[in-house]
Amino acid sequence: MTVLVIAEHENGALVGSTLHTITAAQQVGGDIDVLIAGQDCAAAAQAAASIAGVSRIRVADDASLAGQLAENMADLVVSLAADYSHVMAPATTFGKNFMPRAAALLDVSQISEISAVIAADTFERPIYAGNALAKVQSADSIKLITVRTTKFDAASANGGSAAVEAVTAAADTDKSRYVGLSASESDRVELASASVVVSGGRGMQSGENFPMLERVADKLGAAVGASRAAVDAGFVPNDYQVGQTGKVIAPDLYIAVGISGAIQHLAGMKDSKVIVAINKDSEAPIFQVADYGLVADLFDAIPELENEL
Amino acid sequence: MKVLVGVKRVLDPQVKARVNADRTGIDLTNAKMTMNPFCENAVEEAIRLKEAGTAEEIIALSVGPAKAEETLRNALALGADRAILVHTEETLEPLAIAKVFKAIVEAEQPDLILVGKQAIDDDCNQTGQMLSALLDWPQATFASKLELNGDTAKVTREVDGGLETIDVNLPAVVTVDLRLNEPRYASLPNVMKAKRKPLDKKDLADLGLDTANRMTTLEVTEPPARAAGVLVESVAELVSKLKHEAKVI
Repeated sequence: MTVLVIAEHENGALVGSTLHTITAAQQVGGDIDVLIAGQDCAAAAQAAASIAGVSRIRVADDASLAGQLAENMADLVVSLAADYSHVMAPATTFGKNFMPRAAALLDVSQISEISAVIAADTFERPIYAGNALAKVQSADSIKLITVRTTKFDAASANGGSAAVEAVTAAADTDKSRYVGLSASESDRVELASASVVVSGGRGMQSGENFPMLERVADKLGAAVGASRAAVDAGFVPNDYQVGQTGKVIAPDLYIAVGISGAIQHLAGMKDSKVIVAINKDSEAPIFQVADYGLVADLFDAIPELENEL
Repeated sequence: MKVLVGVKRVLDPQVKARVNADRTGIDLTNAKMTMNPFCENAVEEAIRLKEAGTAEEIIALSVGPAKAEETLRNALALGADRAILVHTEETLEPLAIAKVFKAIVEAEQPDLILVGKQAIDDDCNQTGQMLSALLDWPQATFASKLELNGDTAKVTREVDGGLETIDVNLPAVVTVDLRLNEPRYASLPNVMKAKRKPLDKKDLADLGLDTANRMTTLEVTEPPARAAGVLVESVAELVSKLKHEAKVI
């Protein structure tokens, strides 16, 4: 049994999601290979080679993989899949994009966003925005799996010395072309990996009030997130969104400010270790999942919180 | 241009899902069902393309139980021209749904396929990508902006790092995100008119496809509940509890 983990990387560095996916692969068992696909990705390959418990790094370095377009990524995965019992990628927008495509080309199902490995063919995955957990057994010969990264600890990035070998990229399909990425500028820690997150909702009333949360976040070394309502209202960009359809996170501390707690928002944060809710509506559903609730006007409470920290 | 839109009938997202007594799935007895929210965005985008004069015909397609006819009638009331229901009472996996879609696409020859990025019941996020693979078409997932330019489309995608833009050749499969547009409601006259729009029912078995499931659901359970929390009286008390009790700051 050998597992291929498809690494998420950017600007020569591995993204944290890769290490969490490795842990899920370790729980499946067997040898672990890591695929680094992209352009000019030698540095990411070197970083992957030091991950503890990895046997081999396979590197596809080609201009056709520059934007990691789904068509070229899926063809590459298909060309390598015969060597593996399992192919795993993080259930981030990176993995979700090409993995189902590769699965269909291989005529296998994909097991989406697993939250636990029960056996090499049996997995747990959340359904209905995490309101239920399904235990599923796959009969496919190759199992294509995306991994909910918050449910697996990060593997150690050091201590390994895997061999690095080049693999050939699949022919460029030229079905699509990468144009560019507009990223939000921020010096703060990344939302997906932050140990503390301060999120604002519709109660923030406007984007101009978010600096208030940012000041609290800076004192806590926290990332800033938002509910879908706040993103839809244009207060903050889409990459702030926490929820069923945004980012799923599980920080040590999650502070929800002016967030009512819709089912789809709870799906993105209810695995946080400690949840704090600050909302002036004592009936807001967010209080049902909060460890500590404060019924207060956020425009009074947040400046006070900033001073207390 | 002919646009094919996928729609799925799901449990209303405002209703809390409850595991059934024999722990095999979610109890949908007498539950309020509705069109998957992401499918609403897909239908809305197709209607806007028609209103802009880009699309001539919109076909809504659903693979599911007889009651999915209601969901298709809703799509017709919103503005789809005709609908196709591929009927099965079985719950199919995304790979099988993609195979059914492919068979319909080969018959209908649309120039663009719009589907929701995921269904809020199984949360799989697979069908559009799989369909695109089976058709050997390009894909653009998680679209928050779609701009058609002749034989290509420029698509803005919501990704974890921000907004990514790609160009895809047409025909293509586009899976849509919630911020692509704001879906409209069907007016009462349009609901009435939709009853007379064509709805073609096919039986899944007649398509002769291998739609066997590859996975077995062994058990469905409720996630562990969070322990009840406490209300604090002041910001000072909150900070004190976070420092000394929870020890997270």
